[in-house]
Amino acid sequence: MLWYTGKRLLQMIPVFFGATFLIYFMVFSLPGDPIAALYGDRPVSPGVIAQIRAEYNLDKPLIQQYLLYIGGFFQGDLGTTFSGRPVSEVMASAFPITARLAMLALFFEASAGILVGLVAGLRKGKLFDASALVVSLLLISVPTFVIGFVLQFVFGVQLGIFRTTVSGAAPLDELILPALVLASVSFAYIVRLTRASVSDNLGADFVRTATAKGLSRPRVVTVHVLRNSLVPVVTFLGVDIGSLMVGAIVTEGIFNINGVGGTVYDAIQLGEGPTVVSFIAVMVVIFVVANLFVDLLYAALDPRIRYAK
Amino acid sequence: MKIRRMGTTAIALAAVGALALSGCSSEPQSTGDGSAIVTTNGSEPQNPLIPTNTTEAGGGKIVTSVFAGLVSYSATGEQELEVAESIESDDATTWTVTLNDGWTFTNDEPVTSESFIDAWNYGALYDNAQGSSYFFDNIVGYSDVQNTMDDPSGAVDEAGAPLQVGDPLTETMSGLTVVDDTTFTVELATAEADWPLRLGYTAYSPLPKVAFEDMDAFGENPIGNGPYELAAEGAWEHDVQIALVTNPDYAGVRVPKNGGLDIVFYGTQEGAYAAVQGGDLDVLDALPPSAFASYQSDFPDTFVNQPAAVFQAFNMPYYLEHWSGEEGELRRAAISMSINREEITDVIFQGTRTPATDFTSPVIDGYSDSLEGSEVLEYNPEEAVAKWAEADAISPYEDTFDIAYNSDGGHSAWVDAVVNSIKNTLDIEAAGKPYPTFAAALDDRSAATLTGATRAGWQADYPSMYNFLAPLYKTGAGSNYEGYSSEEFDGLLDEGASASSVEDATAKYVEAQEVLLKDLPTVPLWYANVTGVWADTVQNVEFGWDSVPLYSNITKE
Repeated sequence: MLWYTGKRLLQMIPVFFGATFLIYFMVFSLPGDPIAALYGDRPVSPGVIAQIRAEYNLDKPLIQQYLLYIGGFFQGDLGTTFSGRPVSEVMASAFPITARLAMLALFFEASAGILVGLVAGLRKGKLFDASALVVSLLLISVPTFVIGFVLQFVFGVQLGIFRTTVSGAAPLDELILPALVLASVSFAYIVRLTRASVSDNLGADFVRTATAKGLSRPRVVTVHVLRNSLVPVVTFLGVDIGSLMVGAIVTEGIFNINGVGGTVYDAIQLGEGPTVVSFIAVMVVIFVVANLFVDLLYAALDPRIRYAK
Repeated sequence: MKIRRMGTTAIALAAVGALALSGCSSEPQSTGDGSAIVTTNGSEPQNPLIPTNTTEAGGGKIVTSVFAGLVSYSATGEQELEVAESIESDDATTWTVTLNDGWTFTNDEPVTSESFIDAWNYGALYDNAQGSSYFFDNIVGYSDVQNTMDDPSGAVDEAGAPLQVGDPLTETMSGLTVVDDTTFTVELATAEADWPLRLGYTAYSPLPKVAFEDMDAFGENPIGNGPYELAAEGAWEHDVQIALVTNPDYAGVRVPKNGGLDIVFYGTQEGAYAAVQGGDLDVLDALPPSAFASYQSDFPDTFVNQPAAVFQAFNMPYYLEHWSGEEGELRRAAISMSINREEITDVIFQGTRTPATDFTSPVIDGYSDSLEGSEVLEYNPEEAVAKWAEADAISPYEDTFDIAYNSDGGHSAWVDAVVNSIKNTLDIEAAGKPYPTFAAALDDRSAATLTGATRAGWQADYPSMYNFLAPLYKTGAGSNYEGYSSEEFDGLLDEGASASSVEDATAKYVEAQEVLLKDLPTVPLWYANVTGVWADTVQNVEFGWDSVPLYSNITKE
């Protein structure tokens, strides 16, 4: 297993260089001069624009720009934003907030989703199951921003239970509402995945054996049914960590959270290569590590899975 | 053209007003709590807070609050003297500025003539690459500090011309002369009668000596002389907010009636609007389009919707076939008269735009809604069809008329409405032409490779007609990408600039606009309104000519 882990970690190196170069190339190819666009219609002197372009290496060819960036990267210098802030500082403020939001959302969707899915799977065809299916269908079909605005209006504006927008430090209690919104769609998928998986496993041979052995119903359900049913759910959660980290743009926008999604979106709009690439690089690492973690978890969940040398 | 002691009078008047109010009113609430912090929306400044490098709204409202220049602007755009005691000239070319005694920066350094001259020289010098350097271009010596030479390495640009690198001949502009601590003179390259009108713009703020030691560090924690100062070192939390508190030593016309200002940065206007509704924000100075239909019922007594100094239009390049000479003139008029501005501002913008009647804005001194020839801006389908037919007689038109816009700015709805209006009236093909980003649209514009019209907007930096006209339509001007050139118009602008009084100057600019109404180098559409709402925790919210609330007047309980 160690060998397997090492191999997977080594695979990260080409993925890292490939992804960063590809992203750099894409930002580079965005049409228009980002510096001129900063000033809009203003008759700014061409000398000002030329000097700023030179400062951000925008006057150099793509390969040279990329090498300068990667060279800085390995010396711990991620470049600066157009406003002169070090990208590392922006990352240090954005990532913890998004991580907190994503973890909270992950906690909500995993705990509630698995619980509801399990109960629905055990009571297949009953009222609880039917309503769980209807609710999850609703959550999947309604766009996130609609759920976001509705919850914000009801709980923030009308009832005043939560703050409408999150303050700068983004403490955990203010993130509850955004995390619920962020978790809503994945919650629905997890309910459906768990339900299907549980109802499949209920009829499996090893469950019949366990029941025949005289094990108690709770033990059969938790140890034999649930544990084996979690394999597809964990796969989904692993991929979801990544999309929760990146895909929170809409939720972050509604609740004014200064996280990763919004920062990357703004940086793409401005054409700030170093910011976009640095953020994506970290996200690539998160994706790869999360996937590795999920693969390793399979073995723990399902005794039939072993890693080949 | 002499502007004297207007500020002192204003203070005196304001004081009388306040006395009268407190004398006859027994309501205790109108004064508010002098230590209350007002919260308002903003956006992360694009640059460190250096006045000469702050060119956008997010940084602008902070710099205006932290610094006080020679003059500031009242709600109606009239200037009031701040640090200046007087700004005088006999020929509109050499200006003598006298400063009031007793002004200090918040580090107790006195504000002197040098505080202004050093700051202006810093802003103008090529090597400092300040976004607002062009504001000093009319001062004698600007061309020396902006001098460039061919790149010594022989590098050339795409067109094969040698690249230019900076080669300033000197570091200071010879047109700025210190007379004594409270007097300096400014010599302009060409006469400009309403030059003092500019001086309330942030680029003309004074700087303390400490700024020049490390400008970047200063920009993080600026030290100014304005009505507010930073609450503490590091009060600017990037991407989150900036906390300002009242500057107790401020002695100008904008003495705050509150204890401070928290400017909270919002990524979206929707979020900010919900925050005001939920009581997490006091004042919001821009509404999201989604609230256009509901803001008056959400905030029945605490909203504003009035024209602002933002002019919106679309331009027709003169280099295109069919769009120059007599034929172009007829076609421009026909296009203009085929647009139903009233209906579009009502339906698409829910009344948050005001149909244009000139090339400036209703908040600018000298504005008129009945300029000679302004009927070309009214919806008149019969006349439009007639003019278009007349143009077709010169050379038949078979192209598609397109309006380029950037699709990331929420423009598609009105562009579609405008092209539909044109299409239905003139019975020609017309369509919107989206560019993915503003940068992409600018590229084609500055390279003169547009295929049709392009959306244009202009927000004035200071309340002067000249600022709406010269940069956009003067022959060869910086933002005149479409190649309009009219001797008559240029002449009137020059006459206005060298007129002996602001009134005479304005009269010339009005005449110049009548030339534009004939030629229509741009097709005026509407003025963007300033729209804002505020919570009932605050009172006395009034918006300035530049669409920013007059923060110092706001009271909060």
